[in-house]
Amino acid sequence: MLEVNDIVTAYGKIEALKGVDLAVSQGQVTCLLGPNGAGKTTLMMTIAGILRPKRGSIRFNGQDIAGKPARMIVEQGIVLVPENRLVFRDMTVEENLMAGAFSRSDGKTVQSDLEAMYERFPHLQERSTQYAGTLSGGEQQMLAISRALMARPRLLLMDEPSLGLAPLIVEDIFRIIRELNDEGMTVFVVEQNARMALQVADHFYLIEQGKVVFDGTPGEMEEDEVIKRAYLGKKI
Amino acid sequence: MDFYYGLLQIIGMHTILGLSAYIVLLTGQVTLAQAGFFAIGAYIAGMLTVLAGWHLVPSMLVAAVVSGTVACLVGFPALRIKGLMLVVATMAFGEAVRLFWFNFDYQRSKGEALVGPLGGEGFKQIRYFPENGWTTGEVATFVWIWVALIMAALWWIDRSRAGAVLRAVGEDELAAQSVGINLTAVKVTAFAVGGFIAGIGGAIYAHYTTHIEHSNFGVILATFAIAYPILGGLTNVVGTLLAVIFIQGFLVEGLRFLGDWRNLLFGALIVLAMNVRPRGLIDERAMLFLRRMFGLAKRGTNA
Repeated sequence: MLEVNDIVTAYGKIEALKGVDLAVSQGQVTCLLGPNGAGKTTLMMTIAGILRPKRGSIRFNGQDIAGKPARMIVEQGIVLVPENRLVFRDMTVEENLMAGAFSRSDGKTVQSDLEAMYERFPHLQERSTQYAGTLSGGEQQMLAISRALMARPRLLLMDEPSLGLAPLIVEDIFRIIRELNDEGMTVFVVEQNARMALQVADHFYLIEQGKVVFDGTPGEMEEDEVIKRAYLGKKI
Repeated sequence: MDFYYGLLQIIGMHTILGLSAYIVLLTGQVTLAQAGFFAIGAYIAGMLTVLAGWHLVPSMLVAAVVSGTVACLVGFPALRIKGLMLVVATMAFGEAVRLFWFNFDYQRSKGEALVGPLGGEGFKQIRYFPENGWTTGEVATFVWIWVALIMAALWWIDRSRAGAVLRAVGEDELAAQSVGINLTAVKVTAFAVGGFIAGIGGAIYAHYTTHIEHSNFGVILATFAIAYPILGGLTNVVGTLLAVIFIQGFLVEGLRFLGDWRNLLFGALIVLAMNVRPRGLIDERAMLFLRRMFGLAKRGTNA
């Protein structure tokens, strides 16, 4: 579904991605692991069109989308849940959700999608007229996810959805990822919590210093000595 | 009575100036360029009525379109700059506009006298109102029709999807991009609309004073332009109007009896107002209170 080929993204002269190749298959949950500064967020923002790659191609269902503006990529069906949630703090929960549908023009289905979100996240309905900045971290993450879903994505990008959240909330979030995936959503998630990710992901990539250094299934990952030590905390 | 009409006119014009900054501030851009757009509107409209002999209303609209177009051009470079750097860049633009009019001569003879902008001496005899026999009351009404039109338009924008888009950009550009908002289009449009509104305000101002010169359009005016919406709060256009009434009506006119001490108290009261109401005179809580009072419950689902 998504093929990233030899993507190089730079901040000025510093290359954060030095030729990344990876692929996300339809209907799967793909997980990207990596230490801080490896380029995970840069990759997500490059796919989402917020950063422009210096070279390389990104193909989504056969179409090259590398370097296209963020607005067009959202219209193509790729929506990012940014790192640190980034809800619109001074807007109400409902306004945040409606903001997710800015790229859509079908007014009636937007309304029914809104109700579907409230059904999936009853907490958000209770707080629909509250300012998003007053929600707890977990609720804000749920809001950020449902705001992304309001755009009706075909591929959902999630940048560290568990960042800074309590273990119980993290479990909630992974339950939602599994639910979405069961309903047919393709998900590409950045995650530091490899243990949690093992429960939902179909495929893993490990990125270090701007390059993919591991690519494999959960089974293969558990066999890999380096990953075992660094990410799963098992002794060898 | 004329004093009060005059005060009403001043409040009206400053409200238009404040509203021109309001829409730009909504997108999170702090601009000191509004005095520049105000100046462009003032000079262009003045030249059209005095030199070309046009009716006031089309002159105002042409002046507004010109300053809106210039604002659009300023908006593009502003996309690459944020925060304090944008303040400096827009201030530099405003000064460039001021200095342009400082050096601009274009005089023509009208009857026996020469009329038109004359550099540092300014542009005198913009006498559209007295020549056509408008009373101060009529001028005040004219000003307030424009204020009402602009406020209604901005109120409507605020309540529509466009307003939500502007606010989304102002709150978080990254999040706005990830829901598919085109940052370039939004920021440039906000600048252009702000420039258009400032142009209308400037056009009225030129005909109200009948004599404009470059020094009217300095950094002080630009600072006032953003002070009104910031003091009034960015939740609502009414806040800007209240802030203008507070500053021009109460602080400038109401405290005149204090003589030279007025200016000192003036600053102190603004500092005090911002401390008591850090999010503006009309903030979210005030809006909630008002909505409940009028039984409007919550902001519509299609906001």
